[in-house]
Amino acid sequence: MSLIATLARLEAVSTGRAQPVATVRHRHLSERPLVFVPLTTAGEAGAPLGALVGTDRDAPRLLVVPQPRDRDLRSAFLAELADVVLPYVDGFADAVEAAERAETDPETGKRVKVEVELCADAPQLIVPSRAGVDFVRLLGRSMRFRRTAEQDPEAPFPAPPRVPLLGRWLTHFGERARVPGSSLLLAMTDLLGRHWATGQSTLEDQHLGALLAWIAPPGGRSGAEAAQEAELARDADGQLVCPPAGPATDPAFDNRLLAPAIERYDRARTALAAAEDGLEADDRLGALTAAEREIRALVESRTRPTWDAVWHGLDLLRELPPGARVEERWTRDRWSFTGHRDRVLAGEPPQPRRDDAVTAANKLAVREREQTRLEAQEALDDPLVMAGRRLAGEAFAGEVVDVVMAYSESKRPSPRPLVTVRTDDRPHLGERARAYRSLGGKPQTAEFVGYETGPEDGLVVLRVMDRMGRGKEPEEGSVPEKGDRVCFTLFEHEPRGGAKLPDPEETPWTHGGPPGEEAVPEPADPVTEEDVL
Amino acid sequence: MDKAALAGALGAPSVFGQSQFAFVRGNAFEAKVKADGGTELLRLAHEKLDRAAEPPAAARVPDLTASGPEGRLERTRLALREAAEESAATPGTWTLLDHPMLALDVAGSPAFLEPDAVVVHPDGSWTVVEIKSFPMLDGAADPAKVGAAARQAAVYVLALEKVAGALAPSPRVRHRILLVCPKDFSNLPTASAVDVRKQRAVTARQLSRLTRIEEIADTLPEGTCFSPELPAERLAAAVESVPATYAPECLSACELAFHCRDRSRAAGAVTSLGRPVRAELGGLTTVEDVLAAARGRAGDPDDPAVAALRRAAALRAEALGAAGAAAPTAVREVSPCR
Repeated sequence: MSLIATLARLEAVSTGRAQPVATVRHRHLSERPLVFVPLTTAGEAGAPLGALVGTDRDAPRLLVVPQPRDRDLRSAFLAELADVVLPYVDGFADAVEAAERAETDPETGKRVKVEVELCADAPQLIVPSRAGVDFVRLLGRSMRFRRTAEQDPEAPFPAPPRVPLLGRWLTHFGERARVPGSSLLLAMTDLLGRHWATGQSTLEDQHLGALLAWIAPPGGRSGAEAAQEAELARDADGQLVCPPAGPATDPAFDNRLLAPAIERYDRARTALAAAEDGLEADDRLGALTAAEREIRALVESRTRPTWDAVWHGLDLLRELPPGARVEERWTRDRWSFTGHRDRVLAGEPPQPRRDDAVTAANKLAVREREQTRLEAQEALDDPLVMAGRRLAGEAFAGEVVDVVMAYSESKRPSPRPLVTVRTDDRPHLGERARAYRSLGGKPQTAEFVGYETGPEDGLVVLRVMDRMGRGKEPEEGSVPEKGDRVCFTLFEHEPRGGAKLPDPEETPWTHGGPPGEEAVPEPADPVTEEDVL
Repeated sequence: MDKAALAGALGAPSVFGQSQFAFVRGNAFEAKVKADGGTELLRLAHEKLDRAAEPPAAARVPDLTASGPEGRLERTRLALREAAEESAATPGTWTLLDHPMLALDVAGSPAFLEPDAVVVHPDGSWTVVEIKSFPMLDGAADPAKVGAAARQAAVYVLALEKVAGALAPSPRVRHRILLVCPKDFSNLPTASAVDVRKQRAVTARQLSRLTRIEEIADTLPEGTCFSPELPAERLAAAVESVPATYAPECLSACELAFHCRDRSRAAGAVTSLGRPVRAELGGLTTVEDVLAAARGRAGDPDDPAVAALRRAAALRAEALGAAGAAAPTAVREVSPCR
């Protein structure tokens, strides 16, 4: 955390309200995101309890597993989830635009431009918290190796038809969420925490209710007070007034409300199974339905406040203007979505349990590159982020006090004007260090020549190196003029991304390649004999 | 002392609790792992830790029941001594101690510990077994949870070393513990050897540095009492007399954390925002001091921390001013949770 962000936190403490740490919105928000508020059963790895899911804030779809340890009921839940999520995802697959991509020609081995499809928009999943992102990944892992009756008639307990596909999509969303700056799957607490600093620690910011209470305290109260209430207030039943954003539930809820309700449901089910005639069965079915309805009401009561909080967070974020380079990063998400759509259509197998060495190295390289890109782009989009970089000596801003025309010493002299900038910042400028400024969205390079008097006076002399056109005289507006406010960064605006990794076929065996025989499709997870885990 | 009751009496109750689902699941899994005289557990111990040894068959599982913790402690010591003799007499014997009782001296007062199990290998060495119900997914478990389990096991290792030290020849306590977890999404056990040397060293050092309880007690005013029946103000005063430095990490570890957080916030301590924040601000420890220094109302401008703060404040004000009109001014209210 930079000192500027720390200062914002301290100001939040003293004013009782969260303070901005961004002046623009740094993540893409879809017009129609899919909000997903899942709950899970304590102590079980792959046993969801229920969820609210949907794109309409007034009409979420409530999905509930009345007995989370029952395999069939879990399967039914996943099938229902697939019925909501997959049509939403598929809705983005068909609208495409033409785009170009550089590919290696298999015959000549040269890089050529290929016409490809790029989806015009992509789906966006919003979950309440970071734990929700992990849960999406876990759900994806639990489903993508399942076999349907059609794929494998012999398989015990076949999965409902579209469940493995949902698993592959959720895995893709979960993997993409690890790429810095991506917006296919976002956690609301991360989104809000990126844009506001509260008067509590980042640890406490993981509580969505408390975080929102700091950003927009209700009824003119102080954020600290409202946050504390969101965190701890309990009703007469001992239940949290503002339930945790999940997927884990509050133990008091499990023990006092959920466990008795599940027990009643189990009893009603046993009674129904033991019914001896139709009349009796009718009665007992009624009791079972009532017990199920009770659990549904309980799950809704725990997820609805979080659902509303997520949408409220979206409202707050939409009030911020989007950063200029957010759209460009979203285009990368669209590429990622299109790529996975194509892999699914091509009938490729699900993502493996463990990445091979080549894939893992590629993923790591992408994440590093995107991290650099994100840091540079956020600073260029937002003066408040740039202020942090200036404080760290990685950028400087100031007024141009002098411009002297100069030329390079080649046969055809090109313009290399010397620009003097007066700045109060203290950039870490080494000899012949490169500095960059944004000129019409493109980086213009300058070289540090020296200080006019001494470093303490802050008169930086720079030699502008490029983007001045081909002529002897620089193009109009390509060189700063006296009196201009300029901001130079010492970091590059576009990440260079190191040496390119070789193709998988060219990868030496020491580094996990080249690929051997055709990969064997991974087996499904063995099923345990017990139906109830 | 019952810290949870104390926290409740102070008006800042702790929020720790376990869901009965997790409890039932944890117990069921542990029972499954230890079923059949620990056959599965010993198989895993053999496979993951001691493949050179003879595979376990018909292991000894001594009865450790006794009345009271002291009695069980004595039974455990006896069982461990017998196991040492047994493995010397009959090579290839494995012994499983189910829920043994150990003791460790913490700041001058004994604390009783109950590991899930201890395995005595044929070579006479001992291994701590931790059975957890979080899953090991594709061979990897949640690192935070594994870390917590390793720290817990390190304490058991230290306690076992005390027992071993009292025996002659003293058996070796292995520094790789066996962590048993459910495999993937099933309830089948799988295990992994976890090296706890680092955690053991850290814990040993912390234990040796802990102020002894008598010393703390000596500094307290005469008649200090922590009984939850006392009125809240007297209790608060009593708790106040014991020094404590709150940091947000306390929330996940201590029952009194909410009480300490309230005190820390009331005092305006910057540590309540996190330890890294505190580290950035040099000698300035309260929110008011920092803000006064940043706004130029206090502090020595030659102090590097103060100078950096002022620059940060100026840059922040400039950036917010530049964004000015664009920044949202009115933020809609949160509807209170229902």
